[in-house]
Amino acid sequence: MTREMITVDLAAMSFRISSSVLDPTALSRALADERAGACVTFEGWVRNCNEGQPVLSLEYEAYALLADKEGARILAEAHAKFPLLAAHCIHRVGLLQLGALAIWVGVTAEHRGAAFDACRYIIDEAKARVPIWKKEHYTGGTTAWINCATRGDFAGDTR
Amino acid sequence: MLTLHVEYFAILREQRGLTQETLTTTAATPTVLYAELRARHAFTLPADRVRAAVNDEFVAATALLRDGDRIVFIPPVAGG
Repeated sequence: MTREMITVDLAAMSFRISSSVLDPTALSRALADERAGACVTFEGWVRNCNEGQPVLSLEYEAYALLADKEGARILAEAHAKFPLLAAHCIHRVGLLQLGALAIWVGVTAEHRGAAFDACRYIIDEAKARVPIWKKEHYTGGTTAWINCATRGDFAGDTR
Repeated sequence: MLTLHVEYFAILREQRGLTQETLTTTAATPTVLYAELRARHAFTLPADRVRAAVNDEFVAATALLRDGDRIVFIPPVAGG
């Protein structure tokens, strides 16, 4: 966790893939900035149900080299679109249990409008563009790569 | 003939049973190469659901491949 705090502290933006547990309290603390009047963070958690199917655990896999580049582009876009002080995003990979923190976004700005808007922009773009895949393990023992079904109406869903 | 390095992730990795391979092909673009691999390995995703990256950068499906390129086919993403 110490290493993550330092990384977040040193740069005004960073995108990272992490194979170890994320500590949202430490990550938020590292955003501290006396110039900031607003801090918005988003936590994406592993939910126990998807499309009516009870979920047991999730597996995330990343194409790390391209994920880092695309993530950095999204953060740079957020900086260009909104008046921000800092913007960071970290995504977990590996096997995650219910309730685990899968993605964390943290944004600071002088004012709340930019912080809310940028946080929303970053999470939406990250979900749609960063090459990370999610495999759900269901209580019945079956699994599925999300958005990769070739039949069924959720094939193109990017929620 | 081109010698290409292909890396597989997620559903394509599982369906191929490999994380990477080096192959020779007459395919000149990602679209043609994907069709070739899909026919050979019975990938379930149709070509229009898969994006391509060459040497760790997104490319158009019709981009020209060069000898020694490292190519990744990207299934629909699902981060977050």
